[in-house]
Order: sequence, then structure tokens, then C-alpha cells
Amino acid sequence: MSSDAFTPGILPARLEAEAYVDHFSDLHPRLDAHEALVAADRCYFCHDAPCITACPTDIDIPLFIRQIATGTPDAAAKTILSQNIMGGMCARVCPTEQLCEEACVRELAEGKPVLIGQLQRYATDHLQEQGIHPFSRAAATGKTVAVVGAGPAGLSCAHRLAMLGHDVVVYDARPKAGGLNEYGIATYKTVEGFAQAEVDWLLQIGGIRIEFGKALGREETLESLRAGHDAVFLGMGLGGVNALEAEGSDKEGVLDAVDFIANLRQADDLAQVPVGRDVVVIGGGMTAIDAAVHAKLLGALNVTLVYRRGRDRMNASVFEQDLATSKGVRIVTHAVPRAAIGNGAVREIEFDYVDEAMAPTGQTLRLAADQVFRAIGQSLVGEGLPALEGRKIKVDDAGRTSLQGVWAGGDCAAGGDDLTVTAVAEGRDAAMDIHEALTGAAA
Amino acid sequence: MADLTSDFVGIKSPNPFWLASAPPTDKEYNVRRAFEAGWGGVVWKTLGLDPHVVNVNGPRYGAIYGADRRLLGLNNIELITDRPLQTNLDEIKVVKRDYPDRAMIVSLMVPCEEEPWKFILPLVEDTGADGVELNFGCPHGMSERGMGSAVGQVPEYIEMVTRWVKANTRMPVIVKLTPNITDIRKPAEAAMKGGADAVSLINTINSITSVDLDLFAPEPTIDGKGAHGGYCGPAVKPIALNMVAEIARDPSLGQIPISGIGGITTWRDAAEFMALGAGNVQVCTAAMTYGFKIVQEMISGLSDYMDSKGLTSVDQIVGRAVRNVTDWQHLNLNYVAKAKIDQDLCISCGRCFAACEDTSHQAIAMSEDRTFTVIDEECVACNLCVNVCPVEDCITMEAMAPGLVDPRTGKVVEPDYANWTTHPNNPAAKAAE
Repeated sequence: MSSDAFTPGILPARLEAEAYVDHFSDLHPRLDAHEALVAADRCYFCHDAPCITACPTDIDIPLFIRQIATGTPDAAAKTILSQNIMGGMCARVCPTEQLCEEACVRELAEGKPVLIGQLQRYATDHLQEQGIHPFSRAAATGKTVAVVGAGPAGLSCAHRLAMLGHDVVVYDARPKAGGLNEYGIATYKTVEGFAQAEVDWLLQIGGIRIEFGKALGREETLESLRAGHDAVFLGMGLGGVNALEAEGSDKEGVLDAVDFIANLRQADDLAQVPVGRDVVVIGGGMTAIDAAVHAKLLGALNVTLVYRRGRDRMNASVFEQDLATSKGVRIVTHAVPRAAIGNGAVREIEFDYVDEAMAPTGQTLRLAADQVFRAIGQSLVGEGLPALEGRKIKVDDAGRTSLQGVWAGGDCAAGGDDLTVTAVAEGRDAAMDIHEALTGAAA
Repeated sequence: MADLTSDFVGIKSPNPFWLASAPPTDKEYNVRRAFEAGWGGVVWKTLGLDPHVVNVNGPRYGAIYGADRRLLGLNNIELITDRPLQTNLDEIKVVKRDYPDRAMIVSLMVPCEEEPWKFILPLVEDTGADGVELNFGCPHGMSERGMGSAVGQVPEYIEMVTRWVKANTRMPVIVKLTPNITDIRKPAEAAMKGGADAVSLINTINSITSVDLDLFAPEPTIDGKGAHGGYCGPAVKPIALNMVAEIARDPSLGQIPISGIGGITTWRDAAEFMALGAGNVQVCTAAMTYGFKIVQEMISGLSDYMDSKGLTSVDQIVGRAVRNVTDWQHLNLNYVAKAKIDQDLCISCGRCFAACEDTSHQAIAMSEDRTFTVIDEECVACNLCVNVCPVEDCITMEAMAPGLVDPRTGKVVEPDYANWTTHPNNPAAKAAE
């Protein structure tokens, strides 16, 4: 252990150089061909398989696994990608233990599901690394569609529209495409620049132009997009971060977890990403887990994740919780932050313990903290948006909003889990409805 | 530990598990390892006349796999021993001397004339071997030269050669039969008429295991070409079991002793062959797949089984199932069963539903929550659902008690036995009235 591990404050280079490579390597190294065959052999090829039902994008999982088992991984990839154009990323980031693999009958039979996620990655990697894009565009329709946000929902929508013959312009506030795939997913789940490689591969379909640095409400307005295109799809995600209602939360060192992860994802040299000695993450979702794990991997001495309810209520899956604890993250539950304490910079943070009804028990917890990450949810930002439902854009089953010619999907739209795979499904389905609306023909 | 000692046509061995004539018994080194591992006996790989044959210098085997590359079937184009006769005889002699309690059988294949047999049999006797097995089964290469299955496919030749052999040796003679015929009873009958002490079966089955779709050539491929080989391994077990039973249950064959061969991999396979009439068994592919140590499982498994059944001798297993092998026309048509799905064991894979709905009798219902239940009104008890279910004992066939009404036919289940020979739909039965 480097002596820098004990130095208080927010510092870069807490670890030896080689430790970064080790810490940030692939969480699940890809299956090799033999491992893939062994894993594929376990699939029972169920009738009307429960794994398909559990997949938000309805990938025909038994079929693609059979295609792997019979030596045609590229056919398997096409089965996957025809339903989910970001099947490669979803294979890496889907909480499969809550989706397809939870539904796998072998989970019921012996507690060991078929490795669907890893098999999916084997197939999609096999195809994509050859540079093969197995889809082509239909005859041009002459229609153009504006897509706001180059994340999973937007790119999924754009790809399907381009395939159906429409021209698509994607507007994204950031300098790179991919959305959360590029800026939000844990480093160890998408190593070696996969997010950008996937975007590049996806764009091979043609007919998609991306305008970077164009944010809705900043460079573009919904009115101008509607005026300039035949349809608009909103897939800009959640740009805002929920505030921490605790005294002193404006102190130096109290940061948004999403910014921490985005900086880390964009860092050329992980050793230059500073991290505290005593890190506290507040929240119970995937972002909280990712921030906590990343802080630990960067060399923070003590990382505590504090959540206001029990572990069973955390949005992060049991797998993710276990991943965090295995990396040395301490999880504290039933505690809400009362005050960040420190003279200018945060030094400690105090919590009230609460019961199941969120009523303070009178007991408190004080943790040393030179870095505090807020991870208590993101929120939709923007004005002049379609009607909301709760705090998100109201949509029907096809993704239609309250505004004529405007569809929405992904995290900014109400309903569905805030998962990459759900965003891909919503983008795809909205594209199909847009196509029908623009051409009068069901695809 | 049950007593597994075996006496097969006077040949004694500490257990009924012999290695079949094949590559594992080609030479001293292998056979010593086999005996050290615990095999009760070996049938030494087939000897022939000098100059010895040669083998191809490319692949000799092709395989069929199940899940996880589990070898289910193996095909070979290897010929009889490709070493000088005297080398084999010398090795047989020293091995038998060192392992006097093990069975040492020597497989033989020489041209279809009496002289070569007269020549080779005394040489084998001189080794101290316990018996000979006549290879009338090898289906490739040797058959092109008028030996192996070329003899085994002509009952008259079998009888003739067997008679020569019996006339020229005091050793017990086992005739190994080829399955590449129409009716296995004919060659068995010929062997019996020729005076054989026993038959062994089955030898390998003519086969092409696969085709290389780049070369468009059968596998195993030798410089772009392939020839049919002999198929063996777990995949052939059902074929072998039937042939063993056909001989065992034919009264005209006089209960000729049978050495059972064909895909035997576990103690259970061995016990099944013995129950259908085999006095002992011979194993090859399982040893070639997993090594000689498997015999230890076969020994412990058969011993535990016999102990659990209160059996004190392997002979008490032999032939025990023969009387229950019958012809279709004698099966009880009044027996009515229905599939039953154990919901506690069911993992809701739906394979029974797909099989029944797509390919059978639409007798399984599937609910919204993936509960699968049998529709007794449609179920003909075909057993397909049982066979495709991945969970053992999840689906079972339950007999209906006499007196109940079969919901499919609306008829009362009769307590009495009645078969096709008396069925009203049988034109022959009517004609007989």
C-alpha cells in the first residue's frame, strides 16, 4: 500500500501505477470460444422462454444461444442486435441477475442461470470486432427526424429510423456521443473504449448526423426542432442532480457522484483523478454504488455508502451491493445526513439514524469525510417540454408525448426502469411509431 | 461388497467387466495398466497372419458429441493389430503369466480357409490364453479382404469357420457378431450350429460420423477422402441391447451364452446388458474416453446394486429381464397411463408443452403464469414429455386403476389383460373367429 493512502484530503495518485491497471480491468473478462460453448450448452431452449419475457428489448435469447452453440456467433449477434442495437453495452451493464438470468429456469432449477449476459457479449463482440454492420437502410423516405440526446434511447431511436429510410439529426449537449454509456457507466464495465466503439459501429448504418454541443434550451429549442424536422424524439436523460437537504452541503468536497464518474470516465490517466482519504457516498442506487466502488478503486482508504432505508430497498441490485462490499465499501443503512461539518472544506458528516417510517431514532452517526458524493437521484431539466407525469415527460406506450410530432423515451420519460436496456427499447419502439406516423405504414 | 466373480463359459474373472478387442488391448503395456486398474479380463486386439496389416497415417476416429462435448458416439477405421504375430503372442504369454486370475481372450481374424486357423490356434493355445474370440464383425478394411463382417454377414461362413476352430482347439470359442445384418438371430444360430461356446455382440456399426463442410468430405478425413467406419459408444447401446435380447429370448438358440458389448459406460449399462441375457460385458469406448479407472465405478456400482437387491452372485442378474421382453402384439392394450407433472419439481421450461403442442397430442396446457398441466382428455401417455423434460422424475407416467374411466376414450379401464391378437380392429383376429 502506498503511503499516500493515509494522506488526508482529496489527492490524485494514491496508488502505485500498476494498481490502476489491475483495479480498472474488465469486471467480467469475456468468455473465450470454449467457455462460450460450455455456457451455451446449458440452455434448455425453453418454450416461450421466461428470459425473453424478462428482457426489456425482447431478445430471442434461446435462439441466439443455440446459434452460438451451433458455431454461428455472428448469426447470434444479429438475433440480438435486431432487437437491441446496443446489445453489446447491455451485455456489459444490464443487471441480468434481475432480468433474463433471474428468469432463467436453471436459476430455479439449481441457482445457476445460463450466463446470458456473457454469452450475449461473446456474440456481439465477435461480430462487431470484425467491423461488420449487419443492417442496411431502406429506400429514403425524404423525412428527417430530430433526436435530442445521443444516449442509449436517442441512438437506438436514430438507428432504427435510419434503417427505415429516414434521415436523422442527433443533438447532444456533450462533446461525445453515448450519453451515460460514455459518461456514466462504471469504468470496469466498459473497458477499452467500448462505448465509443459501439457508437462508431452503430453509426455505420448511415443517415445519422450528430450535432455536438447542442443542448435543448441552450442552442436549440423544441419549437425550432419541431419546425425544422418531421418529428422529434426526446431522449436527453436527466440532466439535473437532486440536492442534498443537509446543513453545510455547499462545503468544499461535497460533490455530485455523476460528475465524479463522468470525470473518471473521461480521464486519460486514472492516477490523475483525485479522491479523498475518507469518502462518504449518500444514496442507494447504481450511481451511488459506482461512485463508492470507484472511490475505493482509486485508493480511498475508507469508503462508506450511506442509505436512508434498508438494503432491500436499495435500487442497486444485490449483485452490485455485493460487488461494493467485496471491494471494501462499507454500507450503512437507515441513516440520513443531517450536516456536513468542516471549516470551508468538509471534514466530517453527521447522520441521524431513522426507523422504517423515516422518523429519527435519536441516535446519530458521525463519519470522517474529506469527500462526500451526492447520489440521491437525478432530475429532468428544461422548459417548454411536453406535459409531465410526476417529474418526467408523460408518454403513451408508443412514446408519444402531449405534443404533436414529439416522442420521448429513456430516463427523461415516465415509466419503465432507468436502465440502458429500457432506454434502448423505448427508443426503438418510438422509432417504429414515428415511422408509422410519417409514412402511414407499419414497418 | 458383493461377490462379483464371473464364470463365463468356464473362463473365470474377478468381475464381469472385460475390455473388448480394440486399441485398449493392443499390447502388453496397455493391458498391464488395465489389469492394474481392476479389469476382470481382456479380449486382446485381433491377431491376424503376417505380414501384419497397416493402418492409415491420418485420423482413425470420428466422434459425435452431446452437450459440453460429451462423447456419445465414436467411429473408427482402425484395422486389426498392426504388429507382428509373434510380438503379440509373446506379450500375451507374459501378461497371462503375471495375471493368472484375469481372463485372457485372444481375438482372431484370418482368411476364410481352414489352414490359417489350423496354423494360428496352437500358437494362441501356447500362450496360456483362456479362450478365443472370432472377429466376424469388423466392418471396414478387413471386410474388403473377405474377413471380419464379410464373414459375419453370411451365416454359412460363420458356421463353417466356427466348426473349423472348434475342431482345432480345446479353448472356449466366442463368436463376435456384426450388427450390420438384418436379423441378428441368423448369425447367432450359425455360430451355435458351428459349435460356438458363446457369442459376443455387437461389433461396430457401419457409419459416417460427420461431413467436413469446407472439404465436403466425410470424417475422419484422410487426405480429402473418407471411408465408412465402425460406430460405437453410448449412442449404440440401445441397438446392442435389442440385439442381445433378441438372441436371449429366442428359444431356438438354446440360451447360448452372450458376452454383451455396445456402448457400456457405467455399472448400470453393464447391469442392463446382463439383465437382458449377457453373462458378462465388454467395454471399449468408455475406457477410450475416460481411461481405465472407470472400472472402479463399475465395480462399486454393481456391487452396491447387488447388495441393495440382496443378490449374491452376478449370475442372479443374468437374463432376469428376458422374460419381460415381448413382441408388440402381446402388450396389454388395457393398460392406460397418463402423464403427471410434479409442480414442485417443475422449472417451467415449457419443453413438454412445445413437444406435445407442436409434435404430439396437444395434451399439455400452459397457463399465463407458466404452470404446465396435463390434459387427461388428450393424453395418450406417449412419454415424449417425460423424455424431453430436463428434470428427472418431474413428469411421470401414472397407470390408471382398473374401474376408472379414461377421460380420453370415455371407456372404463379394464382389469384384464388384452392384446392386439384379440383386438376387434385386428383383421387377423376377426379372421380367426
